[in-house]
Amino acid sequence: MAIKKLLIANRGEIAVRINRAARELGIATVQVYSRADKDSLAVRLADEAIDIGPPQASKSYLNQAVILDAARSTGADAIHPGYGFLAENAEFAAAVEAAGLIFVGPTAQSIRLMGDKVAAREAAAAAGVPTVPGSAGRLETAEAAFALVDKTGFPVMIKAAAGGGGRGIRIARSADEFHHLMPQAQAEALAAFGDGGLYVEKLIEGARHIEVQVLGDGHDVIHCFERECSLQRRRQKVWEEAPSPSLAPAVRETLCASAVALAKAVNYRGAGTLEYLYDDSTHEFYFLEMNTRIQVEHPVTEMITGIDLVREMIRIAGGERLRIRQDEVRVCGHSIEVRINAEDPSKNFMPNPGTVSALSVPTGDGVRFDTMLYQGYTVPPFYDSLLGKLIVHDKDRPSAIRRLERALAELQVEGLATTKPLHQALARDAEVQAGRFHTAWLEPWLESHAAALTAPPPAAKVAP
Amino acid sequence: MTTQQIFSPLPGIFYRKPAPDKPVYKNDGDVVADSDTIGLIEVMKSFNEVKAGAAGKILRFLAENEEAVMAGQPIAEIDV
Repeated sequence: MAIKKLLIANRGEIAVRINRAARELGIATVQVYSRADKDSLAVRLADEAIDIGPPQASKSYLNQAVILDAARSTGADAIHPGYGFLAENAEFAAAVEAAGLIFVGPTAQSIRLMGDKVAAREAAAAAGVPTVPGSAGRLETAEAAFALVDKTGFPVMIKAAAGGGGRGIRIARSADEFHHLMPQAQAEALAAFGDGGLYVEKLIEGARHIEVQVLGDGHDVIHCFERECSLQRRRQKVWEEAPSPSLAPAVRETLCASAVALAKAVNYRGAGTLEYLYDDSTHEFYFLEMNTRIQVEHPVTEMITGIDLVREMIRIAGGERLRIRQDEVRVCGHSIEVRINAEDPSKNFMPNPGTVSALSVPTGDGVRFDTMLYQGYTVPPFYDSLLGKLIVHDKDRPSAIRRLERALAELQVEGLATTKPLHQALARDAEVQAGRFHTAWLEPWLESHAAALTAPPPAAKVAP
Repeated sequence: MTTQQIFSPLPGIFYRKPAPDKPVYKNDGDVVADSDTIGLIEVMKSFNEVKAGAAGKILRFLAENEEAVMAGQPIAEIDV
């Protein structure tokens, strides 16, 4: 059943992106919006738009009943959840299908399976995909923990089973340290969480974040190679690129094959991403989790492969089989995406909503700007701070970085502070240029480069 | 005694509680110190505390819990 009218259950740049893909497929669009988004670009572009409630996401974009009503009342036959909000909500995916509509994404069962950390880890192990060595579940005694650590080797992380958000973590680098820290960790877990249960995981130091993009139709799965997203602040990605500058061809092949094996094992349907930690000193990779949705950084994959991932996921949801064979997916050149957020990097990334008084968007060969902005638009304070994504593509990584600098210089967003100065400083950094970074690299760099983020960046040579 | 207003420093969502399952920071009639937190403003997923800004007694809240507020909007009245 081909989709005729698609309801977009999201906002911001991804809503704009989905609208464009749908339009190119000849599908009519319905944009839902909260009252804070009635002037949004997504609303302006859609064929129809429908008010789903107040600004608070819990009362609008997360309100499943209201979104389903909007689909029924507008005659939409499919719902695209974008990323965030309801994108990985198994209950919503099931409710959409129960209402006789198409959910543009995987089945509720796939979402549920991959959303459960233990189940996902078990599925990975069953498919032969390595996971971070450690205890599969909680360990009650120090003896049991030590027996395990003896096998994984040091350093290890001792984590409280009931903890979260980085709380209740100890790092042990030797057996002595382990014996010293284990009782402490247990006592602390008991005091803080009322549960002394612990688990142990090998600490992968200086690991890089690499993820593989897959597309499945419920029968077959292909990969569209990997992205590297190691530059992160508070676990939020700020700069993403493809291909990864750190993978040797043989490792890339094994990594991508492992992602396909796991996605096939769960009969995956739609666009998905398998996230890994990669240790480039040992060339080992470990599966972390699967994101069962389109991701923010999908454009870098589109730029190097020429595959329109959003169009493909809509086609698959409409009942088509994969139209691309694995041997037709080829990497051409290098692509980098930087996230332009309404945050002031010189003031500890303070959010900065406001009105866009002037906007100048970079153009030219190999430059793409996926955004929700237009001149005169007032960015609401109620949602995340992503304003747009600047994506460049060029023949190789050094050329792509130079193109990124050129495009950043052309990008002018006036009226609010953005993270553009951060990206300009990163593009100029020798370590970034050499591809020498890992997931814990950016935060200390920000501490030592505070001045670079307050100094005015070099003026654009080409003023439009 | 004079009545003074506490204004929201930022645009966003106003919360009277530190977490949904916690009690409100302050009730009408509570005595507050200058540095006491009376609520939170969520702006672009970051949470910022709103301080009383003066010592006195809370007369009433002008913004509801989880209400969308603008920067500079009065959110409570205190007797100083």
